Amino acid sequence: MTTTLSTIDTPLHPAVDGVSLPEFLAEEDLPSREGPRVIQFREALREAMSEEMRRDKRIFLMGEEVAQYSGAYKVSQGMLEEFGEKRIVDSPISENGFAGLAVGAAMYGLRPIIEFMSWSFSLVAADQILNNVPKMLYMSGGQWGCPVVFRGNDGAGGQLGSTHSWCVEALYSNVPGLKMAIPSCPYDAKGLLKTAIRDPDPVFFLESERMLGDKAHVPEEEYYIPFGRAARLREGDACTIVSFGRPVNFCLEAWDELAKEGIECDVLDMRTIRPLDIGAVVRSVQKTGRVVVVDQSWPFGSVASEVVTQVCEKAFDWLDHQPLRVNSDDVPAPYAKGLEQAFLPHKGKIVAAVKRAVG
Amino acid sequence: MTTMTTASAKGAKRLSDSLPSEVLVGWLRDMMLIREFELRTMAAYQQARIGGFCHVYIGQEATAVGTIACVEAGDPVVTAYRDHGHALARGMSAEACMAEMFGKLTGCAKGKGGSMHMFDRPNHLYGGHGIVGAQTPMGAGLAFGHRYEWEVLKTGKKRLTLCYLGDGALNQGALHEAMNLAGLYSLPVIYIVENNGYSMGTSIERGTTMAHDLRAKAAAYGIDSIQIDGMDVREIYDRFKPFADDLRERQRPGFVDLKTYRYQGHSMSDPQKYRTKEEVAKYQERDSINRLAHHLLNEKKTLSERDWERMQEEIKEQVRVAMKFAEESPDPDPATELFADVYVNPQPNLSPTAEYRHGVKNPLM
Ligand SMILES: Cc1ncc(C[n+]2csc(CCOP(=O)(O)OP(=O)(O)O)c2C)c(N)n1
Ligand SMILES: [Mg+2]
Repeated sequence: MTTTLSTIDTPLHPAVDGVSLPEFLAEEDLPSREGPRVIQFREALREAMSEEMRRDKRIFLMGEEVAQYSGAYKVSQGMLEEFGEKRIVDSPISENGFAGLAVGAAMYGLRPIIEFMSWSFSLVAADQILNNVPKMLYMSGGQWGCPVVFRGNDGAGGQLGSTHSWCVEALYSNVPGLKMAIPSCPYDAKGLLKTAIRDPDPVFFLESERMLGDKAHVPEEEYYIPFGRAARLREGDACTIVSFGRPVNFCLEAWDELAKEGIECDVLDMRTIRPLDIGAVVRSVQKTGRVVVVDQSWPFGSVASEVVTQVCEKAFDWLDHQPLRVNSDDVPAPYAKGLEQAFLPHKGKIVAAVKRAVG
Repeated sequence: MTTMTTASAKGAKRLSDSLPSEVLVGWLRDMMLIREFELRTMAAYQQARIGGFCHVYIGQEATAVGTIACVEAGDPVVTAYRDHGHALARGMSAEACMAEMFGKLTGCAKGKGGSMHMFDRPNHLYGGHGIVGAQTPMGAGLAFGHRYEWEVLKTGKKRLTLCYLGDGALNQGALHEAMNLAGLYSLPVIYIVENNGYSMGTSIERGTTMAHDLRAKAAAYGIDSIQIDGMDVREIYDRFKPFADDLRERQRPGFVDLKTYRYQGHSMSDPQKYRTKEEVAKYQERDSINRLAHHLLNEKKTLSERDWERMQEEIKEQVRVAMKFAEESPDPDPATELFADVYVNPQPNLSPTAEYRHGVKNPLM
């Protein structure tokens, strides 16, 4: 028997059918971030899912309390009414079961969105989401991909203690085969989630309970934010501050305080950490010579460690101070309010790190 | 065993009728304490003196009190996050329990655990656990431990572990692996399903198969099971005590479908649109505390109106004292406590940023 071997010559791997990537615009061509249409972060997420579900009938949403209860955090409110119970599906408390179900359904040709009430609970589904999801394309030798979006709350939700306050970004982003998006504001939440749903690879989408009520202008029109493109939210020459997700907001608070003392920094919101826009970091460091990475995961083997490593590998000669990182303290998340506040990254820690870097 | 004490007014003799009346009065007191404690917990939560996720036990008091009354003080107990009732029934002081929720250093977990993590080593309470189902393999492990101690080390006796779970936890894989292990290794653990009919907003029928007969789940693992009305503490004792004694003797696992009800929302933020007020009222009519009080006051006449009133006052005072204690207790100091209790043997270079140390000794130890 002879086998003819040919090489894949399309940009997208043929293992996932029916992919149509959206058109991605340059940052300056995206709809304005400013405007009157002020909605909550959770509504931005809902809009992203609903718009995509209207476009593509293969998409369904499954998770605990997503349908009849309108979502434990009301992200999916109203979606049951619009899409019906076949597409907005309540599940029992069986994360390993429904995460694995999503794998099978995706291989068969559907486009599942799986809501974890909290990423903390995804740990009981670790085998499916880490062992199967990101490796399917590889271990099937390119026969099946696994286009699933897993989304839910990540990070401290406010005195939830050590089992419920997981920041999974460091742990999970270690695994090749998945993509990871971590928005910091409603505008990006919508644009990134729409991209996540259209992407043919598995996407881990990390939200924060503490941000779901945040309000900002979100355009009504459709827009897609490409993965792997950081946003520069503030400009300055003193130092580069790199962050993603909720701590970006603390970096902006720190910026205001530092600016009062004449210390102006670049603030880069990475938006996705796999892919990671290291080019944007390097370009900024070439200007500032200093970098502080703010990351709410634990320091050991964290996303911050990765950014710092890549900066050292790619911009070593431009550094005027060793890179610094601000992480959560290296202990399990405590319950008591005072302990939790001391544990998490916050404005004060960021200000202190930047001052050390520029000092 | 003789069952000759005050016969029940209705004639038919029940196992709990053979108990000295102080025991039943003790159950009443324990259930009342939990109720009062939880009412104050809710008020404190609303005033933001308690944070995080907080799940109260009101309505379910009979389940912890009745089942814990059937085992020995040294038998392990492990449960989920709705755990204040188990902690109090097991003997934790209201002070330590409330102080924990206030995030104080005098709490049972030094303020590090909160409402979902009641641990009490002297009282053999191996925790409240926040991840649904997480405690169920631990229950098997505790039973493995004391069976091993008895059989291999020959230092222990025949013990029995009580492992509580909500009906929602029936749908976690962990429980099924644990029940299979328990059946296979013959582990003396009783899985007590506190079947309050809902996991958050999902009624049991919408969440699990065979909801009308959960015993089918145990049957699949060769585990003996019973179903009990969890709104009647005497009924719990009557049915659970012989069941537990037999399993202890035979060192076998068990499974109990304990039908109960929570009067409050799932947690402190639950609009409860998934059930009607009438449904809640229907269960409140069968309230376990009222029922036992009625029995002792009117049927058995072993409790006088005066003692009953005095008991209620004493309990209110006991919880008031606990609130005051919690309020006045010191906060854990981040400088000394944040990096404490992480390692038993805190060597250098375990962390790029932290230096681990020992903090204060747990007040319960
Ligand atoms: C693995 C996991 N998934 C989800 C949750 C969120 N959660 C906490 S309690 C709960 C409902 C549990 O209901 P049940 O087991 O019936 O216990 P009850 O609250 O009725 O006591 C859910 C979904 C969790 N803690 N752990
Ligand atoms: Mg329940």
